[in-house]
Amino acid sequence: MTATTLHHLTRGRYRERAAHVLLFFCGTLSILTTLGIVAVLLFETLAFFREVPLFDFLTDTQWTPLFADKHFGILPLVAGTALTAGIAVCVATPIGLVSALYLSEYATDRVRHLVKPVLEVLAGVPTVVYGYFALLFITPLLQTVIPSLSGFNALSPGIVIGVMIIPMVSSLSEDAMYAVPQSLREGAYALGSSKLQVAVKVVVPAAFSGIAASLLLGVSRAIGETMILAIAAGQQPRLTLNPTVPIETMTAYIVQVSLGDTPTGTIEYRTIFAVGMMLFLGTLALNLVSQWIKQRFREQVG
Amino acid sequence: MGLRHGTTWALGLSILTAAAPAWSAALIKIDGSSTVYPITEAVAEEFAKAQPKVRVTVGISGTGGGFKKFCNGETDISDASRPIKMSEVQQCDAKKIGYVEVPVAYDGIAVVVNPKNDWVTGMTVRELKKLWEPAAQGKITRWSQLRAGWPNKEIHLFGAGVDSGTYDYFTDAIVGTEHASRGDYTASEDDNVLIQGIATDPLALGFFGVAYYEANKGRLTLVGIDDENSKNGDGPILPTFETVKNGTYQPLARPIFIYVNSKALDRPEVADFVKFYLTEGKPLVREVGYISLPDPVYELAMRRIDTRIVGSVFGGKGSQIGVTLESLLAAESK
Amino acid sequence: MRIEAHTLARMLSRRRGMELGFKALAVTTLAIALGSLALLLLDAIADGAGRLSWQFLTSFPSRKPEEAGILSALVGTVCLILLTAVFAFPIGVGAAIYLEEYAGKSWFSRVVEVNISNLAGVPSIIYGLLGLELFVRALGFDRSLLSGALTMALLVLPIIIISSREALRTVPRSIREASFALGADRWQTIWHQVLPLALPGILTGSILAFSRAIGEAAPLITIGALTYVAFLPDGLFAPFTALPIQIFNWVSRPQAGFHANAAAAILVLLAVLLLMNALAVFLRQRYQKRLNL
Repeated sequence: MTATTLHHLTRGRYRERAAHVLLFFCGTLSILTTLGIVAVLLFETLAFFREVPLFDFLTDTQWTPLFADKHFGILPLVAGTALTAGIAVCVATPIGLVSALYLSEYATDRVRHLVKPVLEVLAGVPTVVYGYFALLFITPLLQTVIPSLSGFNALSPGIVIGVMIIPMVSSLSEDAMYAVPQSLREGAYALGSSKLQVAVKVVVPAAFSGIAASLLLGVSRAIGETMILAIAAGQQPRLTLNPTVPIETMTAYIVQVSLGDTPTGTIEYRTIFAVGMMLFLGTLALNLVSQWIKQRFREQVG
Repeated sequence: MGLRHGTTWALGLSILTAAAPAWSAALIKIDGSSTVYPITEAVAEEFAKAQPKVRVTVGISGTGGGFKKFCNGETDISDASRPIKMSEVQQCDAKKIGYVEVPVAYDGIAVVVNPKNDWVTGMTVRELKKLWEPAAQGKITRWSQLRAGWPNKEIHLFGAGVDSGTYDYFTDAIVGTEHASRGDYTASEDDNVLIQGIATDPLALGFFGVAYYEANKGRLTLVGIDDENSKNGDGPILPTFETVKNGTYQPLARPIFIYVNSKALDRPEVADFVKFYLTEGKPLVREVGYISLPDPVYELAMRRIDTRIVGSVFGGKGSQIGVTLESLLAAESK
Repeated sequence: MRIEAHTLARMLSRRRGMELGFKALAVTTLAIALGSLALLLLDAIADGAGRLSWQFLTSFPSRKPEEAGILSALVGTVCLILLTAVFAFPIGVGAAIYLEEYAGKSWFSRVVEVNISNLAGVPSIIYGLLGLELFVRALGFDRSLLSGALTMALLVLPIIIISSREALRTVPRSIREASFALGADRWQTIWHQVLPLALPGILTGSILAFSRAIGEAAPLITIGALTYVAFLPDGLFAPFTALPIQIFNWVSRPQAGFHANAAAAILVLLAVLLLMNALAVFLRQRYQKRLNL
């Protein structure tokens, strides 16, 4: 072995080592990100709970942390979030499922290749654009039908969020339906079922866990939505299920306080982390349950 | 192929270095009241035409939010729709921040309703107090509860948020105690949110600086205020240039300010900016919808800047209802 | 069991009716979904097309809607996305390489995988909170371009990792094995053989990730990107604004003139997104042709 070859080989070993270490750190950065998120939320939330009892936080029905008469009940914000997410799911579920069923069982390849990408565009539109649409087009439109509708309300952004998550529900449900073995369908056809009966009575139940998982992901996305609500839903935390009045969601509250740029260490600063913690736990739980359902489904169909 | 990575790096770094001639570019940081914001924004815009090399950023954290940053040394100028409070004076003293108090305009706080509201022709201070005091939270929710004959429909309230000087002044003037109000309304330091809400909701009522009403005249209806004090005019008075200036629009007329960090005044761009504010800014005050101060007051203010008179003529007591600026400034110059 | 002919005919026609009914329902729902998209675009065009002009693209924000423009927002967006790419691309691809080529099927790589797919589902505003506490406050970068880029980099990292892994997976095992057989070590194999083949897929995925990041406003608002910025960012620590934030600011103003500005800015934003997506598709097609994959 010549000196040059030995030199190359030694350099190669160092380089290999260096590459391995560098890439390892890249790989662990994602773990660090999660730890960072948890640490930051936990740190400020614990400081928050040193001043505000957890019981009050979870049960008080008023959220007025910035006023002289301070109340720190998160229920009004949770109600606002749940209301808009609920409306969104009511819009996205029928449209998404019917679309998925049609694309999976009825449509030709050509229709599918045409329609699917266009549906995906719905998911790619920036949320500020949806917010603009909700406030300046949908709300006035709804006001002609519902004259008592306030300019800021839960109905308009709820509908728009629903439209935004249609592709998510539709494409994930369609994947679930696609995974249903052809043999099940053929068996049903052999027994004389119509296409609709096969679709509704065989494919949907078989794909049910996948569909449920997709709906949960859609809910999680709707809960985490910020800009559409910050623009169109209002800034009045109130515990109500009335979709025609201004409300405030958890995400919009964080934006509202951030616009005012509150200084570190104050109770107002800590409220955005306490609310953020609730948001994080909520979406995490939904995502994990959705993954677990999909896992179980995969094992079932096998 | 390594070129791909290289290209991304090179592009990114070159954009940054190419656009980085002056890391020490002159920057004036302003934050605070959303009421004063339209004037400061207009002044900054015109100032940029006169001195393009100076950068000005203007935030709207609210008067209280602005003071927190000002007294922490983070901003050079603080917009304020009320005088500085004792607690803020103490914060500034603790961080050794000297401030020059500069009045810039008169403002009337306008109470507005939606144009479809055809039953309100004026309101008394007593009715407003009943509507906005802390005890009203959750209880006063319908128009009929305020005055007999008004419809039995919900009131949707919009108003300044707690970091807003407008909020402090309104609560002081109407409820009688600063910072005391109900909490169940749409509160925002951004007056545009309030206008948007009131203009699209027939049952809405709200309050903000009259300049914002002027900018949105067609979409809102102004409510005259009756302070039941015949000494300054009978019946409900609407806030106009005259009524605010001659003091008949009470109790919701007030001076608005900027507070300048006295050490920042050593920087030529800051001194130029503040002087520009008081000279070229005068017509802008009117253009934006506020009421300019009498010329002698502007001269007194200019003198304060030149001689760096620090401290507040209001003695840290915050807003004082019904006191004119001339008397206070004149008292100081004695 | 005997069925009468006319009962059978009735059953069959009812069945046919339901099939038709469902097809009609499906077409209606698809029409609603696609129609909403069309409506949104038409609304933006109707409101904003009139405002699009060279003046609009080269002016700073102003209190007068007719004079306001998106120059600082557009430049801010471009600087922000480039800086984000500088941080996110190498780290994301590096992580994907590590997970695909080095880590194997250990419990550690499983944990990292689950972690990454969870991070992809975290609302963007939570990343804003992380950026606020870590970059703006703790590290003291303040509300600067740097804080914004670092926050956005964390946001898009999971997506880049996931799509880069997919791209790496499409490279056949045989390529790696042939390279090892010729005496190359792992790094040489990756750098000279695997990466070039996977690069189109990696680039496509990354460009799509960045195009999502361009439309994000919530994390930037949380870390404090200002709305009145009438100058171009002059360094890493400069205050900045971005297109989505400018749109948000203008939408929040009640005057109709600002709404038109917002619509015009939306059209510019959509054009930028269209450009990026077209670039991604173009790159994918061009390299697929070249490398016959």
